[in-house]
Amino acid sequence: MTSDINKSFYDFISNGIPGPEQQVEAGNAILPARKEAFSRFRSLGLPTLKTEEWRYTNIQRYLKDAFTLAEEEQSTVTAEQLKGASIPKLDSYTAVLVNGRLQPALSQLPADGKITISRISDAAGNASLQAWFDKHPHLQKQPFAALNAAFFSDGLFLEAGVNASLDKPLHIVHVYTAAVNAFIQPRHLVVLHKNATLEIIETSVGLNEEAIAFVNSVTEVILEENAELWHYNVQSTIKNSRHIYHTSALQKADSRYHHFNFTLPAAELTRNNLSVALTGSNTETNLHGLFLATEQQHVDNHTFVDHQVPHCNSNELYKGVLLDNAKGVFTGKIMVHQDAQKTNAFQQNNNLLMSEKANINSQPQLEIYADDVKCSHGFTVGRFSEEALFYLRSRGIGEEAAKTLMVNAFAFDITDQVHIPALQEFLSDKIRRYVTGAINN
Amino acid sequence: MLTIKNLHAEVDGKKILKGLNLEIKAGEMHAIMGPNGAGKSSLASVLAGRENYTVTEGEVIFDGKNLLDMAPEDRAREGLFLAFQYPVEIPGVSNLNFLKTALNEIRTYHNLPAMEAKEFLKLTKEKQQMMDFNANLMNRSLNEGFSGGEKKRNEVFQMAMLDPKFAILDETDSGLDIDALRIVANGVNKLRGADKAFMVITHYQRLLDYIVPDFVHVLADGVIVKTGNKDLALELEEKGYDWLKEDVHQKESV
Repeated sequence: MTSDINKSFYDFISNGIPGPEQQVEAGNAILPARKEAFSRFRSLGLPTLKTEEWRYTNIQRYLKDAFTLAEEEQSTVTAEQLKGASIPKLDSYTAVLVNGRLQPALSQLPADGKITISRISDAAGNASLQAWFDKHPHLQKQPFAALNAAFFSDGLFLEAGVNASLDKPLHIVHVYTAAVNAFIQPRHLVVLHKNATLEIIETSVGLNEEAIAFVNSVTEVILEENAELWHYNVQSTIKNSRHIYHTSALQKADSRYHHFNFTLPAAELTRNNLSVALTGSNTETNLHGLFLATEQQHVDNHTFVDHQVPHCNSNELYKGVLLDNAKGVFTGKIMVHQDAQKTNAFQQNNNLLMSEKANINSQPQLEIYADDVKCSHGFTVGRFSEEALFYLRSRGIGEEAAKTLMVNAFAFDITDQVHIPALQEFLSDKIRRYVTGAINN
Repeated sequence: MLTIKNLHAEVDGKKILKGLNLEIKAGEMHAIMGPNGAGKSSLASVLAGRENYTVTEGEVIFDGKNLLDMAPEDRAREGLFLAFQYPVEIPGVSNLNFLKTALNEIRTYHNLPAMEAKEFLKLTKEKQQMMDFNANLMNRSLNEGFSGGEKKRNEVFQMAMLDPKFAILDETDSGLDIDALRIVANGVNKLRGADKAFMVITHYQRLLDYIVPDFVHVLADGVIVKTGNKDLALELEEKGYDWLKEDVHQKESV
């Protein structure tokens, strides 16, 4: 069943815009894949509250505004406007993307023959792109991922060759700007070949408060044998933005993936679909998440760790801090296939509600078909205690400092795992400012 | 140092303090005793600024300032300290980080720069030895998983660190074995001084063997019904509180 509101968006997508063959930007090489994705989107339809994966996030209400898919000229972004996404004291390379499109003039890219960083539209002939574009098994059933594959405007193509590494992290700055309400669809592909290691940090900035930017992005991550990726994603933009992020990683044997997701104010909607498919043995997967939501924010984290083969370790810790009227959702799925003996899979979700009106829905889902595994999951919801606040105040600590102290303490398990001091400091500072801001509301 | 005049307070519409008067001067040690439900802990809560208490009448002057107008943190910054009857466990916040934050918030209030890390550690070590406080507890989460005795000793350790002018000990002796009681009492005695004052709330005369009070007050039904010296505590130990209640009733009927 497709509701009226959904139907109008669906019709708009299906009929109101030219089909993928008219979207020439990304080249014709992947046109068949785009066409296939378009028909997949048409058969999947848009989710409703009856769709299991979307039952706590009413996506309809975020789609009822009129959006354009048309792109605007992007030459107007200045270095000054990028400041909101910069990390003080961070020594890094930078790749600046405006609405998904790499801007070499604003970027400082590494000059390393083994590392390729380009627009995905310029990589059409690349063998890795041909091999991996839209191939991730977990993307096949996700309507917004299919929509993205069919109509994406552009995105980053990042490829690290065999044994490649960089001397410092790559900071990817996403700038989203829309003069009128826009449905922006970036598409990124990250491929690390055998033994390659990289650290990437993503931050984002929204430039126009007047129009709604609905960003539906997909990032595919491929880790070949023994590759290692540290992947930090800091999601903090302006209020008038709505985000559906898909991050789908595929890990081959002996690879290591460390993913950090920080969802901070003030986007009104953030939906994260994070999934990892383990297709080779002896892999390590660490998923760390911290979401801190204020005002009317809605933050939904859906994660999926798919143990397909034996001897893989996954460890997931997500922590949520909800203030004001914010709503949080955590759904963590672990699938252990019959062949995946000797799997170690752990999952934990802890939440802290700082106000009476904040709420969280937490749902662990374990599906285990192997018999020789170690798996566990758990979740907690704690309320901020007035007695604890009084105790701290009675020692001379003001309300702001007391709440910040408690939130930082709660978040410590996550922030402590961040191995880049400048990023750690940047995050602590943001947390402090948002907690203080929420108290002063 | 502290003047309480005709203090009336209630919680959830229930009158708890009913016109309490008390004068505490620098250098003095005051013990507050009295039957259950008399309002002893309520008095401590009202002085520290617990928000569910409403003061309906009266005033409290602390070092020339109106205490009741101040937020709880400002009372602490002005030099008031409450050792809690039930110290709160705060997971994730380390004892040390908590104390550093508290000290620096107090210093900021007095326009002093934040304490250097080295200086802070020196102070911590000094007070920890002075109070005979287990160094292993310093890096642990605040009170989390502490035994009852450890929590109470942590309260006294915090008091030593924050160096208040006026400290209230709310049944700090309850739940302590005799050795812990002696250590806590020794700690308090070390903090006594001509410029400091204490209010010790207790049910038992035993504590007053170790912390010798200048005055003993009996609080009953929201007012102080009798004041004496340390001998009064011994008399209460022997006779209980009932004779005092009769005393009050007789006075009321006169």
